[in-house]
Amino acid sequence: GGLAKRIIPCLDVKDGRTVKGVNFVDLRDAGDPVELAWQYSQQGADELVFLDITATHERRKTMVELVKAVARQVNIPFTIGGGINEIADADILLNAGADKISINSAAVRSPELVNELANAFGKQFVVVAVDTKNINGKNLVHLNGGRIPTDIETKKWIKEVEERGAGEILLTSMDHDGTKGGFDNTLLKKINDSISIPLIASGGAGSEQHFIDVFKLTNVDAALAASVFHYGEILIPDLKAKLKKENIEVRF
Amino acid sequence: EGKKTGIISYGAGNIFSLTAALERQNIPFGMIYSPEEFDQYDRYIIPGVGHAGAAMQKLEESRMIEKIKSTSKPVLGICVGMQLLTDFSEEGNAHLLSIAPLRTRHFDETLQIKVPHTGWNKVCSQFENELFNDIKDGTYFYFVHSYFIEFNPTFTLAFADYGVKFSAALKKNNFYGVQFHPEKSGEAGEKILKNFSEL
Repeated sequence: GGLAKRIIPCLDVKDGRTVKGVNFVDLRDAGDPVELAWQYSQQGADELVFLDITATHERRKTMVELVKAVARQVNIPFTIGGGINEIADADILLNAGADKISINSAAVRSPELVNELANAFGKQFVVVAVDTKNINGKNLVHLNGGRIPTDIETKKWIKEVEERGAGEILLTSMDHDGTKGGFDNTLLKKINDSISIPLIASGGAGSEQHFIDVFKLTNVDAALAASVFHYGEILIPDLKAKLKKENIEVRF
Repeated sequence: EGKKTGIISYGAGNIFSLTAALERQNIPFGMIYSPEEFDQYDRYIIPGVGHAGAAMQKLEESRMIEKIKSTSKPVLGICVGMQLLTDFSEEGNAHLLSIAPLRTRHFDETLQIKVPHTGWNKVCSQFENELFNDIKDGTYFYFVHSYFIEFNPTFTLAFADYGVKFSAALKKNNFYGVQFHPEKSGEAGEKILKNFSEL
C-alpha cells in the first residue's frame, strides 16, 4: 500500500454561498464556502468538491472568485463542478487554481467534450460525475441531479468516458442519495472492478460504518458525503481513526 | 529582505495555487519570463503540469534552458517540472534537460494499478536531507501523475510505493525535484516549500 483512501466533503454553492446549513462550532460565517473549506482542511479532509448550483448569468464570475479565494487559503486539492460546458469555462477555473473540474450533463450532451478537456488540460484535470438510478433492474444515467432519465446504461457510459480521457469518476447513486442507509456497494464494486481510473463513491453515507463498508466491500478510492459532515454527525478525525482501526489506509 | 525565489514561467500550466502557497508561507517570489531575469533571484522553481514533451518544447521556446542548466543556485522542479530534470520521458518520447541521468516512465498496465496515481501517498526518506527537514518519515503528500521517475539509489531523496517503488523526491547537486504537489499537500507540503526557500 501507500496510497490513502480519500474522504471528501462536498459543498453545494449558490451565488458564492454554501446552501446547506452547517453547524460547526467556531464558524464566524456558516455560509462562507472558503471558511468552511479551510475548516475541513484543518479537520483532515483529503480533498473538497464544490458543486455550483447558481442559475444566474453572473455564475461564471462568482465561481471564479470562489475558486481563487479557496486556492489562496486552502492547502488541499479541490474540484469544481456545475455549469462547465466548454473548454473556456474549464480554462478559467484552472487558471483560478482549481485542481480538477467535474462535468456531468455536458458530457452526456456532447461526449467529445471529455476528449477535448483531457487533451487540453490532461486527464488528471477531468472528473466525470455520473448520477445513476435503477429503473426496472437497469442502472441508467440520469441528468439534472437525477431528475431526467436517459437510456444510457451506467457501466457502459463510465467505460466510454474512461476511454475518452476522464481521469476520475464521481458516481452518485440516486437510489441511495439522501437515505443515509449506506453507499450502493453492489454497483460501486461492479464499476470499480471494470475501470482503471480512480472512483469516488457518493450517495447514502449515514454512519462511520458505511465508510468502512464502502472501502472494504468495493475498494473504491474515495468516498464523498455532504450532510453528515456539515451537520457534524460524523467528524472527520473520528472517522479516520475508525477506518485506521479497520486497517483501511488513511492519511493523518 | 529575504532571499528571493524566481518561478520559471514558461507557459506550462496553472501556477495560481503555487504562488498562493508561497504567499501563505511569506516566501518572497517573482516571475521569470525571460533568461535576462534570472540573475535577480537566489533560487528557482520549475512548475509544471500536463505533458512533459510539450513542457520541454515550451521551455526551449522560452530560451531558458541554458540558464537552468548552468545555474549553481538551488532549483526545485515540481511534478512535470521534476520530470524535466531527467534525460527522457516516455510521454511523447521526449528528450529532457538531462540534469540527472534518469528516465521518466509510464506506470505499467501490468501493475494492476489505477492511473493517474491520484491522492495522498506515503513518502519515505532515503537520506537525511535539508528539503525534508522537520518532516516525519512516512508523511503523506498529494500526487496526481501518470508518469514517474524510476527509483535510483544515488539520486532518490525520498521514495513512494505505488505498484512500483519510485522517486517521490530527488536531488542532484543543487537540483531538487518533487513528484508530488507541495502546494496541495497540506502543512507538510508548505514545509517543503519553506525548507527550499531557506536552502
